[in-house]
Amino acid sequence: MALSGMRGLSVFISDVRNCPNKEQERLRVDKELGNIRTRFKNEKGLTPYEKKKYVWKMLYIYMLGYDVDFGHMEAVSLISAPKYPEKQVGYIVTSSLLNENHDFLRLAINTVRNDIIGRNETFQCLALTLVGNIGGREFAESLAPDVQKLLISSSCRPLVRKKAALCLLRLYRKNPDVVNVDGWSDRMAQLLDERDLGVLTSSMSLLVALVANNHDAYWSCLPKCVKALERLARNQDIPQEYTYYGIPSPWLQVKTMRALQYFPTIEDPNTRRSLFEVLQRILMGTDVVKNVNKNNASHAVLFEALALVMHLDAEKEIMSQCVALLGKFIAVREPNIRYLGLENMTRMLMVTDVQDIIKRHQAQIITSLKDPDISIRRRALDLLYGMCDVSNTKDIVEELLQYLSTADFAMREELSLKAAILAEKFAPDLSWYVDVILQLIDKAGDFVSDDIWFRVVQFVTNNEDLQPYAAVKAREYLDKPAIHETMVKVSAYILGEYSHLLARRPGCSPKEIFSIIHEKLPTVSTSTIPILLSTYAKILMHTQPSDPELQNQIWAIFRKYESCIDAEIQQRAVEYFALSSKGAALMDIMAEMPKFPERQSALIKKAEDTETDTAEQSALKLRAQQQTSNALVVTDQRPANGTPPVSELGLVKVPSMSNVDHSSADHGVTQANGTLTVVDPQPPEPSADLLGDLLGPLAIEGPPGSAVQSERNLVPGTEGVPNADDALAIAPVGEQTNTVQPIGNIAERFQALCLKDSGVLYEDPYIQIGIKADWRAHQGRLVLFLGNKNTSPLVSVQALILPPSHLKMELSLVPDTIPPRAQVQCPLEVINLRPSRDVGVLDFSYKFGTHVNVKLRLPAVLNKFLQPISVSAEEFFPQWRSISGPPLKLQEVVRGVRPMSVAEMANLFNSFRLIVCPGLDPNANNLVASTTFYSESTRAMLCLIRIETDPADRTQLRMTVASGEPTLTFELKEFIKEQLVSIPTVSRGPAPPLPQTQPTSAPAALSDPGAMLAGLLH
Amino acid sequence: IHFVLLISRQGKVRLTKWYSPYTQKERTKIMVMNAQLAQVIRELSGLILARGPKLCNFVEWRDLKVVYRRYASLYFCMCISQDDNELEILEVIHYYVEILDRYFGSVCELDLIFNFHKAYYILDELLIAGELQESSKKTVARLIAAQDSLIETAKEQSGSISNMIVQATK
Repeated sequence: MALSGMRGLSVFISDVRNCPNKEQERLRVDKELGNIRTRFKNEKGLTPYEKKKYVWKMLYIYMLGYDVDFGHMEAVSLISAPKYPEKQVGYIVTSSLLNENHDFLRLAINTVRNDIIGRNETFQCLALTLVGNIGGREFAESLAPDVQKLLISSSCRPLVRKKAALCLLRLYRKNPDVVNVDGWSDRMAQLLDERDLGVLTSSMSLLVALVANNHDAYWSCLPKCVKALERLARNQDIPQEYTYYGIPSPWLQVKTMRALQYFPTIEDPNTRRSLFEVLQRILMGTDVVKNVNKNNASHAVLFEALALVMHLDAEKEIMSQCVALLGKFIAVREPNIRYLGLENMTRMLMVTDVQDIIKRHQAQIITSLKDPDISIRRRALDLLYGMCDVSNTKDIVEELLQYLSTADFAMREELSLKAAILAEKFAPDLSWYVDVILQLIDKAGDFVSDDIWFRVVQFVTNNEDLQPYAAVKAREYLDKPAIHETMVKVSAYILGEYSHLLARRPGCSPKEIFSIIHEKLPTVSTSTIPILLSTYAKILMHTQPSDPELQNQIWAIFRKYESCIDAEIQQRAVEYFALSSKGAALMDIMAEMPKFPERQSALIKKAEDTETDTAEQSALKLRAQQQTSNALVVTDQRPANGTPPVSELGLVKVPSMSNVDHSSADHGVTQANGTLTVVDPQPPEPSADLLGDLLGPLAIEGPPGSAVQSERNLVPGTEGVPNADDALAIAPVGEQTNTVQPIGNIAERFQALCLKDSGVLYEDPYIQIGIKADWRAHQGRLVLFLGNKNTSPLVSVQALILPPSHLKMELSLVPDTIPPRAQVQCPLEVINLRPSRDVGVLDFSYKFGTHVNVKLRLPAVLNKFLQPISVSAEEFFPQWRSISGPPLKLQEVVRGVRPMSVAEMANLFNSFRLIVCPGLDPNANNLVASTTFYSESTRAMLCLIRIETDPADRTQLRMTVASGEPTLTFELKEFIKEQLVSIPTVSRGPAPPLPQTQPTSAPAALSDPGAMLAGLLH
Repeated sequence: IHFVLLISRQGKVRLTKWYSPYTQKERTKIMVMNAQLAQVIRELSGLILARGPKLCNFVEWRDLKVVYRRYASLYFCMCISQDDNELEILEVIHYYVEILDRYFGSVCELDLIFNFHKAYYILDELLIAGELQESSKKTVARLIAAQDSLIETAKEQSGSISNMIVQATK
């Protein structure tokens, strides 16, 4: 204890500790803070020792939970002290008190840089540690080259280099551009030859981050990782000090296997074999031992090996060994191992086909659902959720329901959501599904979100067979003494719609149904009353012949609520009263709800949304996502998240008033063309779109989906053909609000991006959207850079991808808000399914004062899926001749060609990755080019092109295109024609006809918003 | 590792080290930032201190995971992503404790209270950017000793010089 060496500090700490209560402590701390403030004010008298002492005190006070902001400056200034003791304090305290977002940190950049490039090793270490721990983007940009130099310098000692490696890792995380892939991949491979295990450990962490982003560039590191792992696992030539409880650096082993998980496969058979030998050894050779630490360390390695095996999708044999191991783990007493066993089984489900083997452990897993440890219960729940399928849903869901009544509150919401999803996904029959949901609401009403009961209502509405059953069930629940309000809602809704189907049963006459529902009214909140009123109106309508007594009762209620303070209730009461007095009119309006349009379950979406992502996702997760997630792909007519644009709201939400008063609907139509913005009378409710559907019981206008679509179809008609030169013009609805002018020509930017892989897609005074693309065969990875140019945040940011039918596009989540002067990156994965010239559209909107909406074509165009290939004469001619004529080989005389010389044309072709093969055609006026096209349906396909120009008339030429697939030939021919006829402007006169080869695509395109928009953009 | 936290059984913070800026929005006011950090610590102490002895060492929290281990009256916690290797981190904790133990000679909570600054710089020799940089106890011990001796020599030198200066300026 005497080590402290700073008496003042020790005294202060003792004082604080001796304070009998929080109040005293605050007084003591305030006194000290006052003291420190005054001392810092007249800095002159402060010795370095004192300064140091006060800065340490501040850190201590900060740890106690007090603000010490005034002292940040002092801590930062100590960094530039000339002597080690002060400098050290400055560095340590700064990196503990501040984070990368503190402005003060910028003041230190220069000092830090000087320390890094200086000759003093200990200063270098301090500076690297600070930057590695709290360095932000600005540090990344100004320091990365220096840090790289240190890392690879042969004159630096390991202690500096290992810090440099992690420092670089931090900078790379902040800004991946600071590491130049081309230059760095070789160096990275060299670093893996490092003998010093400290440096190697750090370098391996760096490698993990690098390969997580771009494994292609680091292929050469793969065999080295395997070598390193072999060396460790066999304990060959590992210094004693690097073994931990007899295990050669378990951390390095784990990291190495982590890095290997980012490479998609291991092609080299030798490398693969030696890796599997090592893995096998780890899997089989790990025993449970008494020593906790040794056990933990060896199992850390084991679980990482399991993950790697799963990733490599190994042979069945080793896979089933893994499952057997996990099966053993989930039954052991050691809670950590049990937890990890469950967790890894769940992961295993995501990647391989082992469901059946895992099912054998179902009983054991269900036991874990009742474990005293909530962490383990959570894992068990996740696993049960993952392993559920048609064969075992009943067991699992019933188990979950049973557990629900005893589960702790922290888990109930998740539990009920998962039970609801499973019941929906795998229901053996629909009545069972209804049972489950009603039980859920009964047992855990507070934890059942609205989405769940909306969904059951949708199901019942869409399945006629289910309706009587649901009505009976709803009626039964109403007999229970105290039921949850959600149960009141759902049963009232269902009985309103379908109770007439039960009319002959005892206790189900309209009057009885009405009175049992009405009994609940005093117990419910205002949000439920409107539903009850609708139910009454519907009951009234279904009572034929009418029952005057019931009618009077219900009218009395309507009249009572006519003066209700809640606008929604009041409106309904007034409307229903007026309608029901009209008699026959009620019939039409109160008819049953039409079927809901099929859409992705909001529940499943919710579950997907809650799965969050982190900066470096594990390879496993990435893959699982590729397989299952369709987070932002538009499968629905509506935006997948957030509120729909104004125009759609107008039409969708009109019903609740327009049906009542037909003139108001007319009024809406007579407004200025296109602006169907009838102000919605209801206050915005939580999940607006679902509520809009369900709470509007008046069903004249049909399902909302069709309304939206019919309006979409209207757009081109009413607005005329949009100006092809300007992508903005196709946003006729947004136009009225778009007062923001784009900077630069959107069409030109798009054209430029068709030829290169990075650049600006769109810019206006507030935002800049950059794009960076990386194309590999039929796949592409684009990154959208959304940069906020302002000093205040951009809100309500939404980006939707409207993909054409031939591209699969997946955009990662786009944050709702972009902070001031910040740039967010949103990766967009593209998969080319088949040849087509259609383009995808980015529907982007944000709010900055006004609402801005732009629709931008995405440069994922046909030529991006081409890979240059040069073909020799011997290869070309046999191919060329083997393809005899249409539809594989198409010829066309193209007129109106932009005049250019043959050389210019060759350049143009090359820029589109159609590689001109000089000398193949003896005629100098002709051109022969070849390329490979990649798509999922065609795979790699060779394409050959021949152009014959007429030196006398450069505006016409004859073009012949050949490939092994008719659509591809056609699309490629049209594509080339477009490039020849009109570059660089987009106005190409009449739009090219739809491909003849795909007559079915025209109607399909209508239902595909992406294709429609893309069509408009041509 | 996103952050390291040492808390006592009474919920008193003994060390905090944040490797990612643990605040919701960038560039929020410092006050708000501190409040958020305090919130994180409160939430976690509530979660962890309430756990019984025979449970596993992992707690799922928000969308992250906290690996913790109790040594006498002190809880060592490290927060990681969901996909990270939990046991590996658990042993990073133990490795840190062993180094502290070797440095202080049978370390106890009081050592870490009065020498909290040493706990910080020892941690800095272990972790940078939330990643392990050195797995040899011997090397770490050597580097710490070197730092200590640097401070000592500086103190001796400056002791005499600064005294002279103070004397002279009086």
